[in-house]
Amino acid sequence: MKWNIKDAEHWSWKKYPEGALILEGGNATYYKTGGWRTDKPAWDEKKCTQCLICWISCPDSSIIVKDEKWDSFDYDHCKGCGICAKVCPADAISMHPEGGEE
Amino acid sequence: MAKTATKQKIVAMTGNAGCALAMKQINPDVVAAYPITPQTTIVEEFANYVANGVVDTEYINVESEHSAMSACIGASAAGARVMTSTSSQGLALMWEELSIASSLRLPIVMQTVNRALSGPINIHCDHSDSMGARDMGWIHLFAETAQEAYDNTIMAIKIAEHKDVRLPVMSMHDGFITSHAIDRFEVLDDADVKKFVGDYMPKHSLLYNPNEPVTFGPFAMPAFYYEQRKQLRVAIDGSKDIVMKVTDDFAKLSGRQYGLFEEYRLDDADVAIVVLGSTAGTTRYVIDAMRAQGVKVGMLKLRVFRPFPAEEIAQALSKLKAVGVMDRSDTVGTLGGPVYVETKAALYNSKQRPAMQGYVYGLGGRDTGPDQIETVIGDLVKVVKGEESPREAVTLLGVKE
Ligand code: SF4
Ligand code: SF4
Repeated sequence: MKWNIKDAEHWSWKKYPEGALILEGGNATYYKTGGWRTDKPAWDEKKCTQCLICWISCPDSSIIVKDEKWDSFDYDHCKGCGICAKVCPADAISMHPEGGEE
Repeated sequence: MAKTATKQKIVAMTGNAGCALAMKQINPDVVAAYPITPQTTIVEEFANYVANGVVDTEYINVESEHSAMSACIGASAAGARVMTSTSSQGLALMWEELSIASSLRLPIVMQTVNRALSGPINIHCDHSDSMGARDMGWIHLFAETAQEAYDNTIMAIKIAEHKDVRLPVMSMHDGFITSHAIDRFEVLDDADVKKFVGDYMPKHSLLYNPNEPVTFGPFAMPAFYYEQRKQLRVAIDGSKDIVMKVTDDFAKLSGRQYGLFEEYRLDDADVAIVVLGSTAGTTRYVIDAMRAQGVKVGMLKLRVFRPFPAEEIAQALSKLKAVGVMDRSDTVGTLGGPVYVETKAALYNSKQRPAMQGYVYGLGGRDTGPDQIETVIGDLVKVVKGEESPREAVTLLGVKE
């Protein structure tokens, strides 16, 4: 990445591009949206059939797949919308209030 | 008038036709506008230029002013040179886009033909439309005559697009008085205007740099928003120097020298009127008549209202004894009109400052004749002589009591 925005929250007003432009793509990953979550998804390995419908449905790319297998949630970016739980044909994902028991 | 550097043509035209001609000479890439009285004849006339093929402009017919400004913002963000025009309710409908245009630093130029805001609905001149938008981050230029409206339009493009400015500009002239009356003025050669405004080279643009995409208008949370507003303040404060640089360059081309404001017979004056727009002409006439009777009166005619030239105004007025500030808009519920309140504030920390009185006049196109200007000057003279103390409350001139 040519444009390092990792510490952009602490920049002086002089450093931001004119007109609040973002000069490069692909940096949304620096913006952690996990804090917006009120409900947290949980995955049941025993029920999962590895269809990966949850993976293509997640609007925040927060289902991590490794070697074509369900791997984990990206809780730094998952907003807890519950779409994955809704679309899962095997009821392998359930939603639980943040801060409660899992 | 100074010796002109270039050949110019004398024309008899309305202010609006002059503005449409300036637009033709600028040849913007995109115009998106919606007709509204008294601005209509600008976009109508410009549509003729488009239909006759004398400009290359993409003319977008939109369904409202909200869409007009939205289309202008989109086109300007893409990298186009963009112009539009509106009045009154049309400007009000653009409200939410106005601050987006300035915060995105898009150099859109809009001719704003001043008309009273509803209600009651009225089509005639006062400045309540653009004054209502005075804090939206746009540069505001005011014209007294058709000549100034034409000249300001050409300068506005160059100011807006300057690399150290990149801000939208509103160029005002008075509805019907300037917009529809036929005036005699000088117009530049098409080629001279073309050379003067030059090519627009945006810093970031999809049109010119398709391989360097950028995001316009991202969401800014509390950690980012405030710094953007600071940038805007620095940009518009700093634009004052560029306004003057462009103004001086224009003087070399046209022989017509303007300033942030005009000082008329102010040097040895005891009292003065601060005014903007077409009423400055009436004021000049009354000043000459009263000077002949020995009254030492002058005028400060404001041309650049944003950025507000507070320091320069304070310097020009501090040695006077009494000043009357005339506003063609009323900010009800406070001390007086915006020009009055800001002029008064500009002088507050001066070691020496005149007594000040605020006047509102001509709302909804009420005629403002020499008698009203004489009243103001008479009031100021009474204050100087100690016959009256300066009025705290604003005076509404010409209202039926
Ligand atoms: S949708 Fe359900 S079954 Fe399919 S991969 Fe995701 S969790 Fe497993
Ligand atoms: S809850 Fe929403 S954001 Fe989180 S992983 Fe599921 S679909 Fe993605």
